[in-house]
Amino acid sequence: MDTDLQLDALRRMVRIRRFEEAAMSIVRKGQGIAGSVHICIGQEGAIVGSCLALRREDYMVGYHRSHGHPIAKGADMGPLMAELMGRATGVCRGKGGSMHLADFSVGSLGETAIVGAGIPQAVGAAYSARVRGTDQVALAFFGDGAANIGSFHEGLNLAAAWNLGVVFVCENNLYAMSTALADTMAADSIAARAAAYRMPGIEVDGQDVGAVHEAVSAAVERGRAGGGPTLVEARTYRYRDHAEYGTLDLGHRAVEELEQWRTRDPIDLLRARLLDSGVDVALLDQLDADVAAEVAAAVTFAKRSPMPAPEELYEDLWATPIEPSPRRDAVPVAGAAR
Amino acid sequence: MRTMSYRDAIRAAMLEEMRRDPAVVVFCEDARFWTMPTNGFVDEFGPDRVPIMPISEEGFTGAAIGAAMTGLRPIVDYTISNLMYVAWDQLVNHAAKNRYLFGGQTSVPIVFRAAMKYANATAAQHSDRPYPQLMNVPGLKIVVPSTPADALGLLKSAIRDDDPVVYFEPLMLWGRKGEVPDGDHLVPIGRAAVAREGSDVTVVAIGDAVPAALTVAEHLAGEGIEVEVIDPRTLVPLDTAAILDSVAKTGRLVVADPAHRTCGAAAEISARVAEEGFDSLRAPIVRVTAPDVHPPFSPVLERLMYPTPERIHAAVRAVLRNASTAATAAAAGELIGR
Repeated sequence: MDTDLQLDALRRMVRIRRFEEAAMSIVRKGQGIAGSVHICIGQEGAIVGSCLALRREDYMVGYHRSHGHPIAKGADMGPLMAELMGRATGVCRGKGGSMHLADFSVGSLGETAIVGAGIPQAVGAAYSARVRGTDQVALAFFGDGAANIGSFHEGLNLAAAWNLGVVFVCENNLYAMSTALADTMAADSIAARAAAYRMPGIEVDGQDVGAVHEAVSAAVERGRAGGGPTLVEARTYRYRDHAEYGTLDLGHRAVEELEQWRTRDPIDLLRARLLDSGVDVALLDQLDADVAAEVAAAVTFAKRSPMPAPEELYEDLWATPIEPSPRRDAVPVAGAAR
Repeated sequence: MRTMSYRDAIRAAMLEEMRRDPAVVVFCEDARFWTMPTNGFVDEFGPDRVPIMPISEEGFTGAAIGAAMTGLRPIVDYTISNLMYVAWDQLVNHAAKNRYLFGGQTSVPIVFRAAMKYANATAAQHSDRPYPQLMNVPGLKIVVPSTPADALGLLKSAIRDDDPVVYFEPLMLWGRKGEVPDGDHLVPIGRAAVAREGSDVTVVAIGDAVPAALTVAEHLAGEGIEVEVIDPRTLVPLDTAAILDSVAKTGRLVVADPAHRTCGAAAEISARVAEEGFDSLRAPIVRVTAPDVHPPFSPVLERLMYPTPERIHAAVRAVLRNASTAATAAAAGELIGR
């Protein structure tokens, strides 16, 4: 990545972090985010490095821990925050919430709360591009837990059998909820599973946004050129618990493990690299200030947005609603028993 | 008019729509096999639009959703209706919900074809009528055509519809021949048909219960009893007005449905008439359904399950006698209620 792209990557990573910090604050203070919220802080390098390898019109599918993914793909943060708050102006009009952010205007085809289920959908998007004669590729994000569900295997097999332009990006943060990967997989590499489907499987340092970008860019170029799918396993770490429960309980994880990973924070690493390469610290501080203002504006937008009106409960179900046929002038039967 | 079988009507509908719209593709295991209505399609439309399918119902259903959200109109053929259970998560959690979850940003224009292969000595895992289960899932339109003309016209309408449509085909009707209008024959989704007019009793019949009910109506006409046979054709959205209009005329209702009794289509139709047409009723409603047991392998046992002409006949006789609920239930078939 050149300096400009690195600055872009930093801006997107900082956006994700500040956005999620703001969301956590709203949850903590009881200011209007209902339901469960899954925070991806710590994993921004994998997310941004991947999305920066895509064009705007390329497709991206997220999962339950995916506030950051549409932000990395270029979505406007105001409607995303409004969605978390269940507002009428939410990107999904308050119908999806935290686990179902989608912004089709930037190629974000949505997120699913069912682990692994987005994987075959990304395969279908890549298939669609082929049939329609475009060179769009599709990227599926998922966690390490998804590598053990059928959709992962069926999706990878389909993409390989049909030689589609799909990039499968596993954000391996070592835990499925609180269950350690080592306890649920005999093998120690998810990337190695690619060999079974005869596609490249690449392990990359998920904390190094440049390394992720390089690996995913190569996969995207291969896919776009008709070279087929790639599985990328980005080794990363989640700083927060599976979901926000009001306290930070690391569960079975040791504090030392978290602290160790924090020394390789993806934002800190990139910032240090930029400073080393001679970028003025004032420029980075300005970037931080700009992002803080953007996130504050997103929160203000969300909080000032109206709640959905009651009739919106019934909207968005059908693309082609079918009106009920009218009754004829029905006359009750003469001599009816009642 | 042309005369064709139900199976050939399905084939004609797909051919006509695939020629009309390059976005229509077919996902079907063994689509090239000689027994399949899609046999030969690959020669005309090529391997991209008729891709070779692995046995991956969950995977290719997910892929169809991804393709549908990005501009294609897949026809997903499960070949045997039970196989759709393998794809239940993608069908129920995603195809039906994505438009709503994403606030109307996308639509999922897929036709899910499901041949119902019951009364065919294939035992419970290859013999089913899954439509009542899916009637409980908002976001899916559901059709069950019973004639070649409706098979053709409803499938064409389903392919053009922007919502997911589940298209149930009673396999025993595949060989049935009938007249089909020439030209671009479309049957609107959500509109019932009066299969036979009558003034004494309404029989609402679903799928292969329609020809059974017509047989009964023909027989009773010889005795001066006029049975009106209503074929809903679409179960979601149900043409309640057509059913209420008929009951307003006849004052008596029998519902013949080959699916299971509890929470079935017959239960829903009965409930709507009880709620909205109570004043028209001169006798208790009688349902003729399959009992709540699985289809057994032995043909001797299985043939007892479904709404045969004999059982429908008994039910019509019972409602004509204004019999009590217990008596009508008994008359409608000794298996009911067990």
